[in-house]
Formats: sequence, C-alpha cells, structure tokens
Amino acid sequence: MTGQIEVVFAGFGGQGVMTAGQLLAYTAMDEGKQVAWIPSYGPEMRGGTANCTVVVSEHRIGSPIINNPGAACVFNRPSLDKFGELIRPGGLLLINSSLIDVKSGRDDVTELLVPVNDIAIRAGNPKAANMVMLAAFVAMTDIVSFDALEKMFREKLGSKKKELLEVNLKAFAEGRMLAEKEKAGGKA
Amino acid sequence: MAKKLMKGNEAIGEAAICAGALNYFAYPITPQSEVAEYLCWRLPEVGGTFVQAESEVAVGNMLFGAAASGKRVFTTSSSPGISLMQEAISYIAGAQLPVVFVNIMRGGPGLGGILPAQSDYFQAVKAGGHGDYHLIVLAPSSVQEAVDLMILAFDLADKYRNPVMLIGDGMIGQMMEAVEFPEEHRKPNDPTGSDWALTGAKNRKARITKSLFLDPVMLEENSFLLAEKYKTIKKNEIRFEKYKVTDKNRILIMAYGTMARICQTAIDELEQEGISVGLFRPVSLYPFPEQDIFTESTRKNIEKVLVVEMSVGQMIEDIERCLKGQREIDFYGRTGGIVPTPNEVKDKVRQMLGIKK
Repeated sequence: MTGQIEVVFAGFGGQGVMTAGQLLAYTAMDEGKQVAWIPSYGPEMRGGTANCTVVVSEHRIGSPIINNPGAACVFNRPSLDKFGELIRPGGLLLINSSLIDVKSGRDDVTELLVPVNDIAIRAGNPKAANMVMLAAFVAMTDIVSFDALEKMFREKLGSKKKELLEVNLKAFAEGRMLAEKEKAGGKA
Repeated sequence: MAKKLMKGNEAIGEAAICAGALNYFAYPITPQSEVAEYLCWRLPEVGGTFVQAESEVAVGNMLFGAAASGKRVFTTSSSPGISLMQEAISYIAGAQLPVVFVNIMRGGPGLGGILPAQSDYFQAVKAGGHGDYHLIVLAPSSVQEAVDLMILAFDLADKYRNPVMLIGDGMIGQMMEAVEFPEEHRKPNDPTGSDWALTGAKNRKARITKSLFLDPVMLEENSFLLAEKYKTIKKNEIRFEKYKVTDKNRILIMAYGTMARICQTAIDELEQEGISVGLFRPVSLYPFPEQDIFTESTRKNIEKVLVVEMSVGQMIEDIERCLKGQREIDFYGRTGGIVPTPNEVKDKVRQMLGIKK
C-alpha cells in the first residue's frame, strides 16, 4: 500500500464490525504503519448501524473524522444506504450479499458482493461473517499481509475459543479466495 | 517498549500508573467510563487503590483528603461530573494540593449529550469554582500525547502544588491509536521528607492543610502567594505546536485537541489547491501561549485568523485578547456532539478568502 487508506466497517450491533476493524488496526500497527480506530459510540449504536473507521497510513494521521472514506465494508442495508454514497470515486465497496439484495448503483467505485453469512455458516460458524468480510477486504487491497493478519487473528481470537479457531480460519480462507478470484477476473 | 493499540481512555489510566499515581477515585460517566473499567482491575495488580465513590461531589472531597497525605492522586470524569467537583477543586487550589483531573468533554450545557465537545474551555481555563485561582490545563490531540501529558500533569502538579486538568474530547477517549509507554514505572512518591504533606506529626509541629483564612490579611496573603505562583507557571510551562506555519500563510488557524488534527487535514488539502494556511495549536491552555500567538498571527502575509472549536466560541475570547486588534478574527464551530469535518473547515477558509470552489 501507499499513502493512506480509510475503511469503514458498518452493520448491525453484534455483527462483529468493531472486532473486524480492531483486528485490521492491530495488524497494520504490527507492520509498522500509523493507525487509528475510531468507533461510533453515539445513540446511533442503538438500532441503526454500528460502525468503526480504520485509518492506515504511512504518515502521521490527521483528522480522525473522514468525510469520504476510500473503502467501506457494509453488513446490512442501512449501512449501504449511509456509506455507499460517501465512498471516494475510485474507492472500494464490499457488500454483504447474504443480507443485502441491492447494489449501490454507483459506477465510479469497485463493488464486490460477498455473501459473508452464507460463507460463515458453510464454514461452520455463523459468527465468523465479520472475518469473511475482513479477509475479502484484505485480499482486495493488500493493505496488510495475509500472514500478519492470520498471526494476529490466532493471537487475538484463538486463545479464547480454541475449538472455533479452525472453523474461523476456514471462513477466513473462503473470504480470501472469493476476493482473489474476483480480482483475477477483473484484471483479465 | 513495543507499541500497543489502546483506547485513549485506557491509555490515560495506564499513563497514571506509569507516573506512580496509584490512588484513583471516580464515578462512571460516558464517554470516559473505560478509564474506571480499566483501572478497576489494573490498579489492584500494581498495588493501587480504586474507590468508586457515591457521586462526583464525594470524589472531589476524597481527592482533597488523599492529596493532603502527599501521595499522587487523580480522577477522570466528563463534563457534568466535573461540574459537580468544582467546589472541591476550589478548596484544593486554595489549599495548594497537587491533584490531576481528567475531563473527557461531552456536549452541554446540563446533561447535554454523550458525544465529543470542547465546550468546557471556560470552566477549565478560567477556574470553574469560586475564588482567585487557576488550574494548569493541558489539551492532547492524540492518544500518545494524552499519555505523555498525563505523566507530565503529575510532575507539574507536584512541582507547583497546584491542581492540573487534562482536557480531551470524547473522540480522544474513544479512539484507539498506537501508544508507547515509558520503559519503567515511577515508584509512588514518598512524602516522608515533604515540608507540607500530612504524614503524622511525630517529632515535629503539627501542620494544617486548609483553604479557610478568616483573617483578611492572611487570606489576601494566600491569594497573592497563588498569584505569584501563576506568574512562575506562565513563565515556565507554555506549550504549543505549529503546523505548516510559514511566511506564505494567508490564514492562520487556531485550534486545540482533536479539532487541531481535523484542521491539519484541511490544511494539507487546501495546500494542494494552492491556498497556504498554517495551524497554531496551544497544548497548554493555561498558561496560554499569548506572546507566541501574537507573533505568529502578525506575520506579514496573514490576512485573517480563524479560530475553530467544538463549541460556539470560547477559546476565541483568549485569542482576541492576545491579538490586541492587530488581525481580523473569524470563527467556525459546531457543538452538541457534532464535530466539524475537514470539508467544513476548507469551505470556511475559502469563504474567508473569497475563493469560489
């Protein structure tokens, strides 16, 4: 990566958007980058969307308030409605197609449909949907290396629930594979 | 020490431990409750004490009593909670006791809201309680700076026997950033040799720590003593940071805390449009960098000064005082938990210079 990338993770409370963002921030920090993780902590957390923004930069980070993020990973329809239109032209939008049956309607961003819930259920843990999304995002952007992300994943999440680690890693691998296939297809 | 990714609130708690401050009294309030959540398990690990008081009024008085023992003591709260402590803060300032207060500001007045604001500037800088006194006030703009200033706050409180307040907005408290702490924790200070702490009057004359002086001559003496102390603080403890301040600047922005970082991004983006703007960020809000603000604002190309705050305009009154009418001052602020975005700051600058987008 070069310069700065900002990504919003947004969904219902309980979909693991905060955790996905933190995992990305930890990994990027470990790789020597400047990072900021900014949660929404206002009344909007009740009901509507919970979201966090992760800024990864090669330079000192200025504003933690981002007008137009470079990317968004949206887990539900209200999040798509809110953040779909805010992404910078040329940016990246990952849509959870398990729960969202529309697209953003924009032709100036790269859009990828990832059925994160379906993939997570298939892998054996419905709660791993956030990890499917994170893996797909990292595969699309190369914002951090997969080895570092997997190492951090084992460190932060593996120690608590060992029995879930393997299914989570499977979900992770599927998210990555889907995005890499899409990427290769896009280039051809 | 390796970098850690931490919420501002948690990092502030850990910084206090690094400073050897192991006595914490608090009452929970959003958006700073994570400090207490963190310290309630962390302080016992290092042999410290955390008392959750029944109210912020009680917190203030616990601090007053504990500080008189000469140990390092502190609390954290948010706007309405800090208001409840004002009586004790005045007593602590009058009795010249070192206490560190942290205010992670939320929108007001009254109960207000829980989102970030900078609307307690007057309360912190102009002394929110009664009487002739001042706090030393420090305002970090990143999680790392919150850590560094928290440690400094204890040193300044001890050095001047004066309460110090660290003020951040909700954003500083809630945001996670990479932080580094000093390798070694300070040992808790030993007040045995102190010439003022109440350590038990064995083999010496009893000491009295108080803010009550019924004899007006003595009360005036105490106030003059404090005034002399504030003069020394003004001479020694001014802190600020400049960003892209050059002779080419057409506008100089004044902002502190998170607001200053937002302005930095606006300044970077305006630079790409060929508009030169600088930023002056006071780090110590009391003592206020009066002379430096005057000097930087009156550089020859600067047409106007813009003050940006998460309030309807408080620091601007101090900027006006510093500039003595030498430059036109404009203001942009949002409040109630709404934070000005870089785009809003850019629009304001363009409008001030009469530039169409």
